[in-house]
Amino acid sequence: MFKRLPDSGAESLTITVDGARIAAREGDSVAAALLASGRVVCRASAVSDAPRSPYCMMGVCFECLMTIDGIGNRQACLVRVAEGMRVETQSGAREFGR
Amino acid sequence: MSGVTLKSHFDVAVIGAGPAGLAAATSAARLGLATILFDEQATPGGQIYRAITESAVKNRATLGPEYWDGETLVRDFASSGATYAPGATVWSVAKSREIGVSIGGVAQLVRAEHIILATGALERPFPISGWTLPGVMTAGAAQILLKSSGLVADGRVVLAGCGPLLWLLAAQYLKAGKTIDAILDTTPRVNWRRALLHLPPFLASRYLAKGLRLMLDVRRAVRVIGNVTSLRAEGDGKLARIVFTRGAAGEESLPADLLLLHQGVAPNVNLANAIGCAHDWDDVQLCWSPRLDEWFASSIEGVSIAGDGAGIAGAEAAAQRGRIAALGAALRLRRIDAAQAAQQVAGPRFELDAASRGRRFLDLLYRPAPQFRVPTAATIVCRCEEVTAAQIVDAVKLGCTGPNQLKSFLRCGMGPCQGRLCGLTVTELIAATRGVRPEAVGYYRLRPPVKPITLAELAAMPKSDADVTAVVRG
Amino acid sequence: MDAKHETEFAVIGGGLVGTAIGWGLARLGKRVTILDEGDVAFRASRGNFALVWVQSKGLGMPRYAAWTKLSSDTWAGLAESLEGETAIDVHFRRPGGFNLALGEEELERKMLQLKRLHNQPNMVSYGYEVVDRARLQTMLPEIGPDVVGGIYCPLDGHTNALKLLRAFHTGFARLGGVYRPANAVERIVPESGAFRIDHGGGVMMAGRVILAAGNGNARLAPMLGLNAAVRPQRGQIVVTERLKPFLNHPVMTIRQTDEGSVMLGDSLEEAGFDDTVGMGVISTIAERATRIFPLLGRANVVRSWAALRVMTKDGFPIYDQSRAYPGAFLTTCHSGVTLAAAHALNLAPMLAAGVLPEDFAPFSARRFDVQAAA
Repeated sequence: MFKRLPDSGAESLTITVDGARIAAREGDSVAAALLASGRVVCRASAVSDAPRSPYCMMGVCFECLMTIDGIGNRQACLVRVAEGMRVETQSGAREFGR
Repeated sequence: MSGVTLKSHFDVAVIGAGPAGLAAATSAARLGLATILFDEQATPGGQIYRAITESAVKNRATLGPEYWDGETLVRDFASSGATYAPGATVWSVAKSREIGVSIGGVAQLVRAEHIILATGALERPFPISGWTLPGVMTAGAAQILLKSSGLVADGRVVLAGCGPLLWLLAAQYLKAGKTIDAILDTTPRVNWRRALLHLPPFLASRYLAKGLRLMLDVRRAVRVIGNVTSLRAEGDGKLARIVFTRGAAGEESLPADLLLLHQGVAPNVNLANAIGCAHDWDDVQLCWSPRLDEWFASSIEGVSIAGDGAGIAGAEAAAQRGRIAALGAALRLRRIDAAQAAQQVAGPRFELDAASRGRRFLDLLYRPAPQFRVPTAATIVCRCEEVTAAQIVDAVKLGCTGPNQLKSFLRCGMGPCQGRLCGLTVTELIAATRGVRPEAVGYYRLRPPVKPITLAELAAMPKSDADVTAVVRG
Repeated sequence: MDAKHETEFAVIGGGLVGTAIGWGLARLGKRVTILDEGDVAFRASRGNFALVWVQSKGLGMPRYAAWTKLSSDTWAGLAESLEGETAIDVHFRRPGGFNLALGEEELERKMLQLKRLHNQPNMVSYGYEVVDRARLQTMLPEIGPDVVGGIYCPLDGHTNALKLLRAFHTGFARLGGVYRPANAVERIVPESGAFRIDHGGGVMMAGRVILAAGNGNARLAPMLGLNAAVRPQRGQIVVTERLKPFLNHPVMTIRQTDEGSVMLGDSLEEAGFDDTVGMGVISTIAERATRIFPLLGRANVVRSWAALRVMTKDGFPIYDQSRAYPGAFLTTCHSGVTLAAAHALNLAPMLAAGVLPEDFAPFSARRFDVQAAA
């Protein structure tokens, strides 16, 4: 759904999304890296399991909630990617203790 | 990034590093006030100048000259001597001006003699059927992806709505070499009548030339469908097509992979509301605006609001408001006297007037149509709790008179976004159902935390003996 | 005589007490109007913890303990009736609840209190268990190391109080009840055996009046020869984001709602009519909660609020009938959720019959005169 402009710089970092390795650019938010990889759905909503994806990219909509490095319900658009970061899509409400 | 401990006391705390915040903090520091600027993002610029210090877009022509104006603001701030606290989420501000802020997962309290809120604006909700489908985002989101990550939409992309930002994004995309399948323009034809009365100042303003050039460039290259009167997104778990009507004609359909919605921006009122600042309904901009004096001081002692949070007026106006608010703070804290304040504020006030000229025309022309502000039936209003317009209407018929009772009845507004994406819709929907003005309906009453913090962070905050006694009782 | 008046029963207050009574009366075929304030009002009913709680209630008034137990025992029936009539499931559950102790001294004090409670003459009998750490860990697996034990009572439970309020409103409307919000009552004047009520929207005549206006009762009661010795008592609550189910039993200060969010309390402050949240208090609430369930520390707080309980001098309800004007009643308590069943199914019929029974004498506000004179 999104592609990089040719001169935007190398995708030199690698993170995983649900175990799959994807390339990311230094300075990307996790949400941006997710979208750049061709993925769109970041979670199934806690109310109805409806698929949801990032909407505002500025931290106000709370749609981009993902589990990042073992901590759930983090706003992926506000977290910068780091080498080896483990990102997981969420299914429903956040798990207790995670 | 964790474990950053800030000084616990400042003269001025500015919240938000967009144009208003940057200008306010710079002015305050230059006036000799111990100043700190908090911002949630890792780098300055807010949303309009997002990623300006690390833009992923190397070709400066792509984003347009107005974007790069932000560099001066950042440079001036960097050399002002103010303390910069990036990655800082402010989650509470008390009337005592004690600020609860979380940095790297650790919460701390900072006190200031004067606070300037510069938390800017957010996209006006655009509640159409299917707006929660993956594949639907805001135009602002697309801009952020472009600026911070050099990403443009791939596949069939449609822009829908009204307002200058839509044209700006389209122009930026074209310069970046990405074609847009269509722009569905929902600007109500009937708006022209009212807007034309305010045309002269617009013609004399700086917005005319910029806007016109942009729009012509876009219209030459993109299919623009005007007078769009209804809109919905359809797809099975993901956007597949957009169904719309023009005027009174029948439904038409456009296949699409990405729908970017925009119908203006509204002040981000959550922090101001939670502090207790008084707001009034602005019927032109269709949003809540804080009640402010000439120095942008709010109804709460020692708290000022600058930038789009004070009412939508754009980036240039935001910077001037920030400077005026800083002078107001310096005056209140007696660092300058009335004569000095009057002398120093003359420039910013002059520039603010110039920057405000012509905005009325834009506000009236792009005032969204009622059907896009007050949805019907099964359209989701509260995205977080998945509450529909029909459910809200039923609750009003059951006797719910306002948004706060509505929260109790339907959980509408109780999700993590705290009404940022549903509040305006709820106010107008209740008003329309009850047949009263939005002012009579009111808005959600918000309390801290205005952004989520962990229970552990909250648990670590200071407590007095009285606090503990109130809780621990036998 | 009733047909002459605009309504048979005017209930002043649309919170949990008012709507429980209103619904109960409407089910008995009475014509009822509920008058309520507008959107921004103190409304204790929007701020409760939603426990349906029996243990620890009634020290100083065994009659109250019995009333509470009666309500708890009939609560499931209430939930069923409401669901049948309105299709709203209020998620009432009675899995038994805990009052936990974070130290041996605290546990001792709680045990002593319960002993004293159950030793009272005419005290209704029900079982409870003092559980030690080992037993606690089997029932509440996520319990933290600081919790030494607690009191478990199988009669304790909880519900979704917001759904309860909505269910009462919905049921009331279906039965033909009239709800008039944004019509705060200014004055009530007894007139020839009936009552003239001056409210926001005009004037209404009612055959009988029931005051259920929470802290507003203090102002209205004297107009009817009644005494509502109530004062606001602030309580603050912290709410987390939705979590997958981890807590099956309500704890007196921590419960997981049917939607998954966790509610944390509780606090008690004499703050007058100030319902602002104080950081120090919610921080203390958060700290205790994280000592009880340490992993809860990771959860995000998404909301906090303060509400004003309606507190009588001794903490027990007031149910009173005016001697000067027998058609006027006063009903007030701070446990509108626990007592919802008793109010709807037991109290409403008494009000319909027009007289409170003799064994309700302990609930009369005249007990305060006796205390004052003593």
